[in-house]
This record gives sequence, C-alpha cells and structure tokens, in this order.
Amino acid sequence: MKVSYYPGCSLAHSARDYQESIAAVAQLLHLELEEIPDWNCCGATAAHSLDADLALNLAARNLQQAETLGQDVVVPCALCFNRLKVAEYTLAHHREGTPAIDYQGSIKIWDLLAYLTQPQLLEQIQAKVVRPLQGLRCVCYYGCVVARPPRLTGCPDYENPGNMDRLLKVLGGAPYPWSYKTDCCGAGFTVSRPDIIDTLVRRLYDRAMEAGAECVVVSCQMCQANLDIPQGRISRQAGRSYYLPILYFTELIALALGHPDVKTWLSRHFVDPVPLLARYGLL
Amino acid sequence: MDNLEPQFSLSDEILQQRRIAVTDCYQCGKCSAGCPLTFTMDLLPHEIIRLAGLGQTEKVLQASTIWVCSACETCTTRCPNGIDIAGVMDYLKERAVLAGARVAQPQVLAFHRAFLENLRLAGGRLHEPLLLGLYLLRSGQGLTKLKTGALSADLQLGWQMWKKGRLSLKPPRRLPQPADLAKLWDKSRS
Repeated sequence: MKVSYYPGCSLAHSARDYQESIAAVAQLLHLELEEIPDWNCCGATAAHSLDADLALNLAARNLQQAETLGQDVVVPCALCFNRLKVAEYTLAHHREGTPAIDYQGSIKIWDLLAYLTQPQLLEQIQAKVVRPLQGLRCVCYYGCVVARPPRLTGCPDYENPGNMDRLLKVLGGAPYPWSYKTDCCGAGFTVSRPDIIDTLVRRLYDRAMEAGAECVVVSCQMCQANLDIPQGRISRQAGRSYYLPILYFTELIALALGHPDVKTWLSRHFVDPVPLLARYGLL
Repeated sequence: MDNLEPQFSLSDEILQQRRIAVTDCYQCGKCSAGCPLTFTMDLLPHEIIRLAGLGQTEKVLQASTIWVCSACETCTTRCPNGIDIAGVMDYLKERAVLAGARVAQPQVLAFHRAFLENLRLAGGRLHEPLLLGLYLLRSGQGLTKLKTGALSADLQLGWQMWKKGRLSLKPPRRLPQPADLAKLWDKSRS
C-alpha cells in the first residue's frame, strides 16, 4: 500500500522520535509513505495570525504538490493537517487570492491517526500484536485542531473523539475516559508565553491523574513537546513531583508490534517512560 | 460603560474581508464559557465580538485577548450562530499590525514575525534553532534574559535537546523558490 506523506517541519528536529516511530509503524504495516516533492512549511500559527494570504498560499502550494502524486496524503502534525484542510475548503469555495495555485481537489487529506485507525488497518494492527500493553493505564489526548472546527476537519466526534482510545484497546492498553481529550495545551506559546503552557498543562496533568492515568498518549508533536519538556519546571512550580510519560501513539503501536528500536525513540523524551513501561513488563 | 452608538464599519469590513458576520452574535457567552485562555485575557471572547460589532476598533485592536487566543477553535466550533470567532481574532491581529496599533503582547507578535522571517531566510521550511535565535534577537528577550541570567536556562535546555537528538543545527533543504511564493515573502515582510 502506498500513500503520500507531508511530514511538516518539526518532525526533522524536535519531534524526531515521532518521525522515527512513524517510519517503523509504516514498515511494520507494509505501508509506503511517499514524501510529497518540495513541500514547504504550512505557515503554522504565525502565518494565519499575521497574513491570511500567505497562510492560504503556503498551505495551498502543498496541496498542489501533493496532487502531482495522485494519491491521498497523510499528515502527522495536527496543525499542518488543519492548515491543509482550511486551504482545501477555501480553494473549493473561494478561490480568489490564489491565482497561481492549480489544485483540483482530487485527493483526500488524512490526519495520520485517522488513517491508521481505519477498520482494515486496525484489524491488521490487531493481528500483529505480539506484546500486548498489559492494561497500561493511560488517557488519550487528541489536542485541538485535528478535531476542530469540524466543518473543515470533517471529524465526526469532535467533542469526544474515540479513534485513539479504540487503538489503545486493540494494543492491549487501558485508556480511561476523561473530559480533557481536546483541551488546548497552549500550542505555539511555548517560547513567547511559557506561563500559559504551565497553567494549561498542569491542569491536564492533574485531570489525567484524576482519571487514573499513568501516562498520556498523544498524536501531535506540539502537545508532546508542551507536556513532556516542561514537566520538571511545572513540578517545581507546583511543589510536587509529576511523573507522567508522554507517548506518541505510534511509539505504542511499534512497542506492541515488537519493534526493536522503541528504546531509542523513548530516550529522546524528557520524562523517561522506561521505568513505567518496565513496571508493566513491556521493556 | 456608557451607551454606545453602533458603528458598522468594522463589522462590515470583517464581513467583506473574511466572510464572518460578527453582528450575528446574540451574546450567549458560549465562546467565553468554553475558552481555555480566559485566565489571561483582558476582554472575554464574547466581549471582543460585541465590541467589534459596535465598531469599537481601537479597543479590540489594543486588546491582549486577540494575541493570547491560541486558535484552539473551541469557540468557533460551538458558536450557535456559526461565527468563526477564532477567525475574528486572526483578522484583528493582522489589522492591528497593519494599523500600527499598540500591540498588547509584543512578545507574541515578535515570535510570529521571527517565524515568518525564518521561513524566508531558510527558504521555505522551519529551522527551529534559527527561529529561537531570531526571536531572542528581535523581541529583545535575548538581552533581557542575558541580564537576568535566564538565558543560561534556555541554553541548558537547548543542550539537553541536542543530547537527546531533538535539535539539529543543520538547516533544512532550501526549496526551489517559485515566483509566486517569493512574491508572498516580499509582501509579508512589509
């Protein structure tokens, strides 16, 4: 099976663990990810905040590049996915402002989690589980913009998404229900207003633990960075020692399917997941 | 607050430019009830929409709220009148910069600008270390942090990220620059 792939910028750097685990999962599922030629940054929050024209054109150019490959495209980053969906909608309904873009809308844009949890792929994953997650107590944290706004994303259960929970059950984990699945982590304020991250993320930690979780599973590298990297700082501010590993869903698929490189990716995390996973007998 | 005589210039402008009708708002407050960022806002989202509908341009352009909105899209998703509230926040940010308004959150603006400058300089893709460098330089935070000693914490974090393989100084591949994109870079520079 072959599908186009738009990695986005941060997967080469701060989210290298995400990229590595995605490549491993693709290999395990015999899925060929074909990178779209000469893709550019989607513009992210900066472009849609300061220059709507630029935001539209940056995302639209990627769609045009993707369409040259003539197959659906999967996107691992929540915001990249959202920006491409916004551009898709705008090009379909209001083309003015993008005279140079030649995009027919012939391909489907998938967020990676939705793609990998299609029924037939979920069955494939289930059949390949060799190391079930032993009831790993977790909450699934979906983040904001893969789900919202549903008019653009097409997400059916945007207030209470379920595809990651279904996946975790297939892998043998125990995802707990909680009310903060799609609450904001502070996203792009990591550098300019870290105090915002601290407030929002501490609330997420508390609610995750209150739900009974020992770790948080994510599908967005911005969520991962904001929940993983400052956990020490937030612990110091709170006067308590949080220990909540923040795992990519792709890392857990690869773990359950017995991939040998999982420890390498986990070593890139700030909150070391090894003690928790060892306690479950998974490493 | 004194009674305000509605001025429709701003709401008309938002309708024309972004196809968003702020005058559809009946002030139910659902946007503010669901907003996770209200703890750090000076005006609540439904107040921004109301003031925009009344034409209180200066007030909304100078608000902190438009800059600390994280664009999580909860308000837009839940608005019973289909108002794209997060889209209004974006429009007001862009408008505030164009109008040279007093920006209530200069650090947030500096970060966005550094991000776009990074895309231009790196040739189309983000380079995280360059973004941080540009931000520290352009926002004045580099100097402030140097004086307060906070810069060493930043450098330590960078060092840890490098050790963990999450930071690379190698720049991304420069893309062949299509003429249309080059034009957009130039436009967004102004």
